[in-house]
Amino acid sequence: MLLLAFDTATPATTVALHDGAAVLAESTTVDARRTGELLAPGITAVLEAAGHKPGELTGIAVGVGPGPFTGLRVGLVTARALGDALGIPVHGVCTLDVVAYQTNSATPFAVATDARRKEVYWAQYSDHLTRTTEPDVAHPALIADRLSGLAVAGEGAVLYPEAFPHAIEPRRPSAAALAELVVQRLASDPASLLFPEPLYLRRPDAVEPTTRKRVSTG
Amino acid sequence: MTLTKDEPLILGFETSCDETGVGIVRGNTLLADAVASSVDEHARFGGVVPEVASRAHLEAMVPTVRRALKDAGVTLQDIDAIAVTAGPGLAGALLVGVAAAKSYALALNKPIYGVNHLAAHICVDQLEHGPLPEGCVAMLVSGGHSSLLFVPDVTGDVQPLGQTIDDAAGEAFDKVARVLGLGFPGGPLIDKAARDGNPDAIAFPRGLTGPRDAPLDFSFSGLKTAVARWIEHRERAGEKIPVADVSASFQEAVVDVLTRKAIQACKERGADHLLIGGGVAANSRLRTLAEERGTKAGIQVRVPRPNLCTDNGAMVAALGSELVRRGRTPSPLNFPADSSQPVVDVVAR
Ligand SMILES: [Zn+2]
Repeated sequence: MLLLAFDTATPATTVALHDGAAVLAESTTVDARRTGELLAPGITAVLEAAGHKPGELTGIAVGVGPGPFTGLRVGLVTARALGDALGIPVHGVCTLDVVAYQTNSATPFAVATDARRKEVYWAQYSDHLTRTTEPDVAHPALIADRLSGLAVAGEGAVLYPEAFPHAIEPRRPSAAALAELVVQRLASDPASLLFPEPLYLRRPDAVEPTTRKRVSTG
Repeated sequence: MTLTKDEPLILGFETSCDETGVGIVRGNTLLADAVASSVDEHARFGGVVPEVASRAHLEAMVPTVRRALKDAGVTLQDIDAIAVTAGPGLAGALLVGVAAAKSYALALNKPIYGVNHLAAHICVDQLEHGPLPEGCVAMLVSGGHSSLLFVPDVTGDVQPLGQTIDDAAGEAFDKVARVLGLGFPGGPLIDKAARDGNPDAIAFPRGLTGPRDAPLDFSFSGLKTAVARWIEHRERAGEKIPVADVSASFQEAVVDVLTRKAIQACKERGADHLLIGGGVAANSRLRTLAEERGTKAGIQVRVPRPNLCTDNGAMVAALGSELVRRGRTPSPLNFPADSSQPVVDVVAR
């Protein structure tokens, strides 16, 4: 097995390579505006670091969000295109589940990531492998009561300490954890893996007519 | 990974607006031009909604690649190089195509060229009319662009001569069509309505044609407002709107200015070829008038067939093919999508 894993649903562009037994290489860069520039080089970097070629890959693991749309789509279209070009399966995992897995927590907690517009993407967990609510998007103040007393992982806890006073690590997903999680699920519960479809959780803003692309020749 | 080849097989991606285009060319021969459009999803908003377009690109991407490969009768392994629109265009939409193209390039270990959308609009004519003459003038008119360009070398030397200072020509068509209640996109609807109208019925203003105006820049915002005001006035008076005459007169005002300035640009640059591209180049009156004025001025007018004028992947592949033929250096894998990529940057770095 040679699994390529990446997640672009947060400001981190994180890529890892896993051979079924262990993580062979990982590359993570945090820059929300440059996901489209960082992902492909990150993929070649982990392949080169581990001495492998794209043609040797046997599967792709991708975080399907929720997360800011533009970066999220970079990851998903990359996963689908690589899967198509190499003729290999693409396995999707909720990004919040990756963050949850990284907590290694045996007790209930929540994950909240930055959804921008003063909102968070969030879900509750009974332990690091078990999600108990559907991923959703909400204003921190509106879910603070519901999550009161719970530890909260993810950037949301760092951004909104008044709503989520008990922050725990990690802040962001790591592709190494995503790879481990997918290797585990492939062995124990392959049906839990998702189609590489983004979890948008929001409708597109399409209220007033917008002008088409404007182009300068300068 | 620079590749030089005479008849390269190129896979081209275009996602700068609402069309997911994947084209395949060999040299200057068009093999496939697969386009999935999300235009229907935008119609009720009267314009392209960027997020709706981006979502549609993601869904359409792999199926459109597969359709193009099938139409061309080639496999991914046959491809020599990849080309993709890096800009200008809608930022989020561009990124979907760029990320997809990079993935195919990476998986296939082939060079990739992030190319300028406007240069691709010019280069596509090679698929229909053969190699571009050196030093031609190109006029690109669509919902997103209205530019006059001098083109000594479409792979590396494209010089801006003039552009719109407000609305793009196609945008004016969309807005006037909306005021007339014709629908979206406006270009083909106005073209059709104008056929039964009198282009001289109403004297709409010709923007930026005064003696002190920038001679090669365009302005369509005033025209659009003038049309809206003219209609409002008639409606308030309880009169019926002569849709055909308004369409014909508005269209005449647009194409009169476009062709006049394009011929002027050719004369200034000593160019004996004028190339017209972009969605508005499909307008029948623009084609006729350009032809007429070109003949009078001794300028040969080249316009690709309508489905090559609108945004498509074949035009990107055509430019990719020319870049490979000339042995130009490919883009690095970390090149950005640039929503406002200047036309002088033909290949993204
Ligand atoms: Zn265009």
